[in-house]
Amino acid sequence: MIRKTLAGLFGLVWATSASADWAVNMPQGVTELSAETYDLHMMAFWVCTAIGILVFGVMIIALFKHRKSVGHTPAKFSHSTAAEIGWTAIPVLILIVMAVPAAETMIKIEDTRNPDVSIVVTGYQWKWHYKYQDQDLAFYSTLARPSLEARQLGSAIDPFAVDNYLLDVDNPLVVPVGAKVRILLTSNDVLHAWWIPELAIKKDAIPGIINEVWFRAEQVGTYRGQCAELCGKDHGYMPVVVEVVEADDFENWVAAQGGSVEALASTQ
Amino acid sequence: MTTAVADTHAAHDDHGPAKGIGRWLFTTNHKDIGTMYLIFSLTMFFIGGTMALIIRSELAQPGLQFVHPEFFNSMTTMHALIMVFGAVMPAFVGLANWMLPLQIGAPDMALPRMNNWSFWILPVAFGILLSTLLMPGGGPASGWTMYPPLVLQTGDAFPFLIFSVHLMGISSIMGAINIIVTIINMRTPDMSLIRMPMFVWTWLITAYLLLAVMPVLAGAVTMLLTDQFFGTSFFLAAGGGDPVMFQHIFWFFGHPEVYIMILPAFGVVSEILPTFSRKPLFGHDSMVYATASIAFLSFIVWAHHMFTVGMPLSGQMFFMFATMLIAVPTGVKVFNWVSTMWRGAMTFETPMLFALAFVFLFTIGGFSGLMLAIVPADVQYHDSYFVVAHFHYVLVPGSVFALMAAAYYWLPKWTGHMYNERAGKLHFWLSTIFVNLTFFPMHFLGLAGMPRRIPDYSTQFADFNLIASIGAIGFGMSQLVFLYVLLTCKKGAPATAEVWDNPKGLEWTVPSPAPYHTFDVPPPVDRTVAFPKDND
Repeated sequence: MIRKTLAGLFGLVWATSASADWAVNMPQGVTELSAETYDLHMMAFWVCTAIGILVFGVMIIALFKHRKSVGHTPAKFSHSTAAEIGWTAIPVLILIVMAVPAAETMIKIEDTRNPDVSIVVTGYQWKWHYKYQDQDLAFYSTLARPSLEARQLGSAIDPFAVDNYLLDVDNPLVVPVGAKVRILLTSNDVLHAWWIPELAIKKDAIPGIINEVWFRAEQVGTYRGQCAELCGKDHGYMPVVVEVVEADDFENWVAAQGGSVEALASTQ
Repeated sequence: MTTAVADTHAAHDDHGPAKGIGRWLFTTNHKDIGTMYLIFSLTMFFIGGTMALIIRSELAQPGLQFVHPEFFNSMTTMHALIMVFGAVMPAFVGLANWMLPLQIGAPDMALPRMNNWSFWILPVAFGILLSTLLMPGGGPASGWTMYPPLVLQTGDAFPFLIFSVHLMGISSIMGAINIIVTIINMRTPDMSLIRMPMFVWTWLITAYLLLAVMPVLAGAVTMLLTDQFFGTSFFLAAGGGDPVMFQHIFWFFGHPEVYIMILPAFGVVSEILPTFSRKPLFGHDSMVYATASIAFLSFIVWAHHMFTVGMPLSGQMFFMFATMLIAVPTGVKVFNWVSTMWRGAMTFETPMLFALAFVFLFTIGGFSGLMLAIVPADVQYHDSYFVVAHFHYVLVPGSVFALMAAAYYWLPKWTGHMYNERAGKLHFWLSTIFVNLTFFPMHFLGLAGMPRRIPDYSTQFADFNLIASIGAIGFGMSQLVFLYVLLTCKKGAPATAEVWDNPKGLEWTVPSPAPYHTFDVPPPVDRTVAFPKDND
């Protein structure tokens, strides 16, 4: 009976996994800082794993060897100053080793000077507004139509049949590859957060405050993320899509949108 | 041991409980009030758990199947408020009410009438909070963190939300005052502070945390109230206010709050591991100092909840370093627990099983906490399912498992009967398997890029969400076994005074069930005290 149920459960999981993948880790991303972030994440993970193996290992040995049913008689000791000093001091050293590279990356993250392209991103309930500061170009970016139709309660549309379900927009943000793109973030109503895992960027959009972040994407491609700060009923339906294109394609795109390409020429 | 038990004195008329409903409405008895706290928190645990199952049912597959997004948001909000303020906190206060007087040899809590009041406020507070679900505009849906400006878009529920939070705060503050006064003033004379059992120590420190931060929460929500109704602009950018200031104030409350929910759990585990290892707690004094260090650090790390709001670099650095430091005293506690087990003579009754799972699984939550302290990585983890996994690991197999361990450990003392050990073990194994099935895949979801607090998600997150939902339903159903254990406890064999194999502590010197009045005369503390410093 139990076997049958388990087999059924696994079958259910298996059946739905046909068109999905099993991503279990943070993406390394396509910027220098996203790669450094990934490295910090993995360093912290392996430090925790090592400590875990040590602590859980000792505990598991005790669980098997030091039990009453195998006739073990309890020891009487209740403290050891040397051990206690040791396991206070050693973790401090490990933490310092972890903190130093983290601090170095943080300093780089905060350096928003000398951008090639500056874009003001404004959060609205529930869409994003993008304004290219020097290209005289501005537009809204909202959830793409196929996702919008499929997401309704009782829509009867299979989300698996929709390309990039909930992660697609009508007008993506387009930026040139290799350029330092500065994002100036704010909000028109409530808090939002602009998150793209592949670019290792997540920053809150706050009314009355302008936050700065930057990225330099090193690979052409489409990178998808979502609003990450609860912003009301459609919080789950305001994706962020960034298209990273070659510099020429970017100029063509700006021109086609009716923007100005002069500023671009001057920075190159 | 006769001095430990209430005799019927000729000079007093009536020492037994009153009859009927009046016993519970007007009681000033710490055991009655403790029982009410525990039953109330269990009720809230099931209500909040039902909400969790609504959330997990909707999230089992991509697409919307059952509820509208707004209702989904009010489920996540209410689930958190009910579990934090209605289930975990009152459960620990219930344990404190029952066990602190028994562990320090006091006849009752120091302020018994206030004790009654601080309990009876709670059903009113949660009655109001739950009623908001029926109000125009629905229940609060801005998350339990109540960030403005979103929280100001709440419908008619808004003032009721604020009022119920105020009531919870008043209840907690009165409870904290009572606990501090009881511990400081009512210990049996021979019990110096440093000789107190760990559960008493952790609660003393927790009570100070409560006293320090609940007024801060009250202030924050009062500012929300005046922003909404009285024309102030504390948090409104249009009027010159700052929405981020709310987050600073909220998390100045909120971070100590998470230690309020875990420190008494540390205390419980520090009571149970020595009993079933048949060996004294390793490093009792360093446990006390570690607890105090954690409490101190909890006041200077609040902004690690806010690494994406745009703080200055120096601020981020400070909060990263301070947060990482918490790993040191927390590590000391874990190492001490493992050393307590080392070369003991362990047996594995249900309370021990829950305590052992606590040490394993809380530590996993601690590891993800350390990872979250690394600011650049936190930028990726923040507001993703990785955070959901982290805090559920420290709260469910952390705090809740400690509560379960405590319930099994002291249930024979409360009821006078042994619970059904087979059912208890079944409850433990089902809970442990399903809790991991629920929350472990959430790490993967968060790392792969799934934000929290969304009712629907892209298809690449489908598999782990389905697994988490299956786990959640299994975990919910497993708790019905616990209900069965409680309801059938009266049928169990009579418990002895000691219940377990030579446990340490004054609570084991009174009969089981503990008489309605105990320790009319302060008991002498000799070898019965939990950790006699002079004798080891």
